[in-house]
Amino acid sequence: MTVIKPYLRLAGLEPLVVRPETNFVNVGERTNVTGSKMFARLIRENKYEEALSVARQQVENGAQIIDVNMDDALLDGVQAMVTFLNLLQSEPDIARIPVMIDSSKFEIIEAGLKCVQGKCIVNSISMKEGEAKFIEQAYICRDYGAAVIVMAFDEVGQADTEDRKVEICHRAYKILTEQVGFDPQDIIFDPNIFAVATGLEEHNNYGVDFINATRRIKQLMPLTKVSGGVSNLSFSFRGNDHVREAMHSVFLYHAIKAGMDMGIVNAGQLVVYDEIEPTLRDLCEDVILNRNNDNNEATEKLIAFAETVKAKGKEVKKDETWRLAPVAERLKHALVNGITDYVDADTEEARQLLPRPLDVIEGPLMDGMNVVGDLFGAGKMFLPQVVKSARVMKKSVAYLTPFIEAEKADNADTSAVATILLATVKGDVHDIGKNIVGVVLACNGYRIVDLGVMVPTDKILDEAQKVGADIIGLSGLITPSLDEMVHVAHEMKRRGMKQPLLIGGATTSRMHTAVKIAPQYDNGVIHVLDASRSVTVAGSLLNNDTKSGFLNTLRNEYDKLAESFHAKKVVKNYLPLAAAQQNKVAINWEGYTPPTPAFTGTKTITDITVETLRPYIDWKPFFIAWEMHGNFPEILTDKVVGTEATKLYNDANALLDKVAAEQWLTPKGVVGFWPAINEGDDVLLQHNNQTTKLNFLRQQAQKAAGQPNFSLADYISQEPGDHIGAFAVTIHGLEQWIKKFEAEHDDYNKIMLQALADRLAEAFAEYLHEKVRKEYWGYQQQESLSNEELIKEEYVGIRPAPGYPACPDHTEKYKLFALLNAGEATGITLTESMAMYPASSVCGWYFSHPQSQYFGIGKIQRDQLEDYAKRKGEPIEYAEKWLRPVLE
Amino acid sequence: MSNIREELSKRILVIDGAMGTMIQRHKLEEADYRGERFKDWPSDLKGNNDLLCLTQPHIIVGIHKQYLQAGADIIETNTFNCQVVSLADYGMESLAHELNVAAAQCARQAIEEYRAETGDTTPKFVAGAIGPMNKTLSLSPDVNNPGYRALRFDEAMEAYYTQVQALVEGGVDLLLIETIFDTLNAKAAIVAVKKYFRDSGKPELPISISGTITDASGRTLSGQTLEAFYTSVAHARPLSVGLNCALGAQEMRSHIEELSQIASCFTSAYPNAGLPNAMGEYDEQPHETAHFIEEWAKEGYVNIVGGCCGTTPDHIRHIAQHVKSLKPREVPVVEKAL
Repeated sequence: MTVIKPYLRLAGLEPLVVRPETNFVNVGERTNVTGSKMFARLIRENKYEEALSVARQQVENGAQIIDVNMDDALLDGVQAMVTFLNLLQSEPDIARIPVMIDSSKFEIIEAGLKCVQGKCIVNSISMKEGEAKFIEQAYICRDYGAAVIVMAFDEVGQADTEDRKVEICHRAYKILTEQVGFDPQDIIFDPNIFAVATGLEEHNNYGVDFINATRRIKQLMPLTKVSGGVSNLSFSFRGNDHVREAMHSVFLYHAIKAGMDMGIVNAGQLVVYDEIEPTLRDLCEDVILNRNNDNNEATEKLIAFAETVKAKGKEVKKDETWRLAPVAERLKHALVNGITDYVDADTEEARQLLPRPLDVIEGPLMDGMNVVGDLFGAGKMFLPQVVKSARVMKKSVAYLTPFIEAEKADNADTSAVATILLATVKGDVHDIGKNIVGVVLACNGYRIVDLGVMVPTDKILDEAQKVGADIIGLSGLITPSLDEMVHVAHEMKRRGMKQPLLIGGATTSRMHTAVKIAPQYDNGVIHVLDASRSVTVAGSLLNNDTKSGFLNTLRNEYDKLAESFHAKKVVKNYLPLAAAQQNKVAINWEGYTPPTPAFTGTKTITDITVETLRPYIDWKPFFIAWEMHGNFPEILTDKVVGTEATKLYNDANALLDKVAAEQWLTPKGVVGFWPAINEGDDVLLQHNNQTTKLNFLRQQAQKAAGQPNFSLADYISQEPGDHIGAFAVTIHGLEQWIKKFEAEHDDYNKIMLQALADRLAEAFAEYLHEKVRKEYWGYQQQESLSNEELIKEEYVGIRPAPGYPACPDHTEKYKLFALLNAGEATGITLTESMAMYPASSVCGWYFSHPQSQYFGIGKIQRDQLEDYAKRKGEPIEYAEKWLRPVLE
Repeated sequence: MSNIREELSKRILVIDGAMGTMIQRHKLEEADYRGERFKDWPSDLKGNNDLLCLTQPHIIVGIHKQYLQAGADIIETNTFNCQVVSLADYGMESLAHELNVAAAQCARQAIEEYRAETGDTTPKFVAGAIGPMNKTLSLSPDVNNPGYRALRFDEAMEAYYTQVQALVEGGVDLLLIETIFDTLNAKAAIVAVKKYFRDSGKPELPISISGTITDASGRTLSGQTLEAFYTSVAHARPLSVGLNCALGAQEMRSHIEELSQIASCFTSAYPNAGLPNAMGEYDEQPHETAHFIEEWAKEGYVNIVGGCCGTTPDHIRHIAQHVKSLKPREVPVVEKAL
C-alpha cells in the first residue's frame, strides 16, 4: 500500500516538498521593499522589468522560495503586489518556485493570493488583534490553499521569552488544526528573532529563547515548521557586515540543530560556520548562547572585537591559497577580485608558457574578463569592482606591450576587435561617466578610443573615420551639450556615416534623444542610461544578426515617445507674461530690514584645505557617480550593494587621507556682495559706481490658487538697502594626478579622484555658504546645522547657479564672473558652452531673504523670450539658442 | 441517496462520455437552439449547448439516459460553459442561475426515468460540471503585456459562486471542477464552493477535481507540473483528483500512474477517444479505449474512469464491462508522523 508522508508541500510551477533531509530552506529576501533599497526604488519607479531580474537573480542564487513584500508607505501595496506577481507568473524560470506573500496588511496578502496558481506561504498572520480576526484570516488562507507563517504574537504583544513563544504557538496551533481545519504541516511558526548584544541585559537571552522555543515547538508539534528573519539578530552591529555575517552563521548553526526549518536570509552573504575565525566564532557563540555574559561581558567583548574590525575597515581576509592554482586560474582570480599585487609576475609566467605574448591577452586575460563581464551582467559584481578588474587587465596588458611591439615585425595584423570611439562634446568638460563607460566596454573586449573632453564635432567625426570606429559614443553633462549632440548627429548624416551613435550623460534623456537627436540621423541613435547598459547595447549593435532588429525596435519606441511628447505638449496651460508677473512671490517688505553684509565688493578665499571641506561632503552623488543608488549612509549596509559600497567608501576615504596629507589639491574661491534693487524681473546691481543688470526668468505655467509664479528677482527688494551675493569655487591640481594614474593604467583611482574633486567643489560651496550666512553676510549667526541638514537645504537663503533650474540662462555666468573677477581670483575659465574649467567648480548667486527657495522655471512662452531678449539687449535668435531647454 | 465514498471504496465507478459529441448527432439548427423562448434573441445561439437544457431538455435527458444505460454510475450536468463569464459570449449572463438549475434537473430526471424503465437500483450520481471558462487568470492574452489579465480573480470567483449555488439548488450530488487549463481558475472555483457552503450553512458536497495536461511537456497550459498542480488544489480536500481531455488514454497513462502515487484521495481519469485526426475527428474505437483503461484499473491507478471528447455510450459500455470485476485503487495512507 502506498504511503504518503505529512510533509510541507508547496508549489510554483514545480513542487517543493520540505522533507526532513531538506535541512534548511532558503527564502530569497531581496524582492522585499522593506529590506532592499534597490528593489524599493525599482518598484517606486515602476521599473518592474528590472525588479523581475532581482527575483531571477535570487532563483539563480539558489533561493527555494521567493519572499515578496511591498509594504512601503509610498506605495499602493495592493497594486504593487498584484502587478509584480502577475508579471512574475509569466517568467517560468522564476515562477518555478513557490511564492511567500509577505505583508503586515492582510488586504495585500489576499490580493497576492488571487494572483498565484501555486501553493504559497502567507507571511504572516497572528493573534495580535485577537482570536476572531486570526480565525477569519486563517480561513481565507485555507480557502486559497496557502501554508501560513504564524508569528508568536498575541493580544498582549510579541513573545520574547521562551515560555511565551511556545505557549502562543501552541494556542495558535490548536485553533488552526481543531477549528479552522489546517493540516499541521501547513503551519510554520515564526517565534521572533530579536536583536541581541544591544547593551540591555534583558535582551541578552533572546537568542537562547528562540533556539529553546524552537526545540520545544518541534517536540510539541512535530509536523509544524519553524522560520524566522535572521538579520534582526545582529541589528546592533549594523554597518559591520563582517561581524553580522558571523553572528548569522553561528545562530543558524544552533537554531537549525534545534529544528529551525527555513529562514529569510541572504544566502550569498552567509559565511560557512567552520570558516569563521575562531576568536570571532567563540565571541558570537557566547553572545548568542548568552554564555560568560554576566554584566554584559560577552557583549562587551564582541563590541570591542567589532571595533577592531571596523577600525581596519572591513577586515580583508587575506586568503592566499589561490596562489597555488595554475597561472591562468591565478590571472582569472586576480581579475575577478581586482588584485594587482602579483599581476606582473603572473603575466610574465603566462608569457613564458604561451607561444606569443598576444596569446596571454586573448587567452587567460580575456577568459577572466569574460567572467567579470558575465558577473557584472548578472548583477553579481558592481561597478567599482569592475573598474578594479579593468585596472588589473590594463596593468597586465601594459606589461605585455613591449613584447608585443617587439614581435610586431613578424606579425602585422592586429585582431579584428570592434572599436568604440568616445568623446565629451565641445564646450563640456565633464567626463567621469564617459570614463566609466570606457572602462566597462573595454572590460568586454572592445577597443576604446577616448578623445577626452571639449571635442569639436569635426574632430570626433574625422577621428572616427580615421580609426574605423564601429560605434561613436557622446557624453555631456550641461544642457548646451544637448544641442551639440544634435549637431553631431546632423553632421554624421551629412557625411553619410554609418556608425550607430550612443548618447549618454546626466542631462541626456531617452525623451530628448527620441525627439531631438534621433530624427537627425538614420543609422541608429541610442540613449544609454548607464555604463552597465552600454555593454548590451554595443553587443546588439555589433552583431549583424541582431543589429537591424534592435534598431528597428528602438526606432519604433522612439517614434512612439516622440509622438507622445508632441501629443502631450498642449496639456499644460500657460499665462501671458504680464499675468505671470502679476502673480509674483508675495513678500511683505514692510517691516523687513534686509541684512547688510560685512563687506561689499569681493573677497578671495585661499586658506582652505581639503580637511576643512571633508565634513561637508555629500556622499550620495558620489555613489551615484559609481552607479550605486541609495541614501548615505544606509547604502553602506544595503543588502545588495552594501559590501561593495563600504569598500568603495573606505577606498575613497583612504585616497582623501592621502590627498589631504600630501596636499594634492588646492581649493580656491571668491565671494562678493553688492547693493541691489529689484526692477521687474531684473535686478540692478551697483558696483564701482556702475550698474549691472541681472536678468532673470519667471515661471509661466498656470499655478494652483495661492501658488506664485516664481522668479529669483522677487527675492530682492524694490527699495534701496538690499544686497545680492555671488560666489565661485574650484578645486585645482587634479591634472597631474590624473596623468599619473593614467600612466599607471589605474582607472579606478583616476575616476575616484575625479569624483572626489567634484564632491570637494560642492563641499566648498556648502562650506562657503555657511560662512556667508554666519559671518560674511551674517544673517544667521546662531545657525547650527548638521551636514545632513545642510544637504537637505534646511538653511535660510539660497545659492542658485546660472544654467540650473531657477535661472536656466548659462550666459548670465559672464556677468557673475566679471563681477567676481573670478577668472583671476580662482583660475576658472568658461568654455564656449559656458562650462567651467576645471570641471570641479561651482558658482552661483546668493539670496538672503528668508522666503527665498529653490524652484524650477519650467517652460516659458514666446512673449517672455521676446521680453527677455529685449531686456538683455541681444538678438532673439541668441536668446533662443541659450534658452532652448526651457522653450516648448 | 447512498454515499459516493462508500461506493468508491467498493468498486471502480464509471463516469459518462462526451456530451458535445452526442449533441452533434442530432444535427440541430439555429431554430432548434432558440426554441420558442429565445426566437428573438439578438445573437446567434447555435453551438450554445448549455442552452439546450431549457430549449431542448428532452434531447439532454435522452443523452444522459443513453449513458446510464451504457453503465455510467456518474452523469455530468450539461453545464460546461454555464457561468456568467462564458455566457457573456451569448449575452446570457442573467440566465446563469436558471440554466444550471435546469441542467441539474435534466440529469436528475434522466436517473428517475432510467430507474423506472429498467428497475436498476444501483446508486447513480449527478456531478455538477464546472468548466474552465473562456478566459484565464494566470495568463495574459496580450504577449506584449505579460502583466495584463483579461479576468479578475473576484469576477471568476463570483461567476463560479452563482453556478455552484444553482447546481446545488438543482439537486446535484457532487461538484466536478474539470478540464482545468489554469490552476488559478480552479482555485477560484474552490474558493466559490467553500464560500457557498459556509454562507448557506448546507452540508458541503464532495468536490471532484480534474485537470488537463495539454501536451507532451507533461504540464498544464498554465505551466504547472502534475505534482505542482495537485499540491495547489489539494486544499479543497477533494473526493477525487484526476485528469481528463486533451490526451488520449495512451498519452495519459504515465500521468495517471504518477497521480495515483501522490494523491491522498480517489483518482479519476476520463481521456479523449485518442488524439483527433487531421479532420478533427476522434477515431479510437470503444474496445481500444476500454483496453487501455482496463490496464490502468488492473495496475490499481484509478477509482473513477470514463471518457471525454469523442467518446460515446458505446465507449462507456465497453469501459464499464472491462472494469466491472476489477478492484478499485486503494487510497494511500497519510501518515501522522514524519
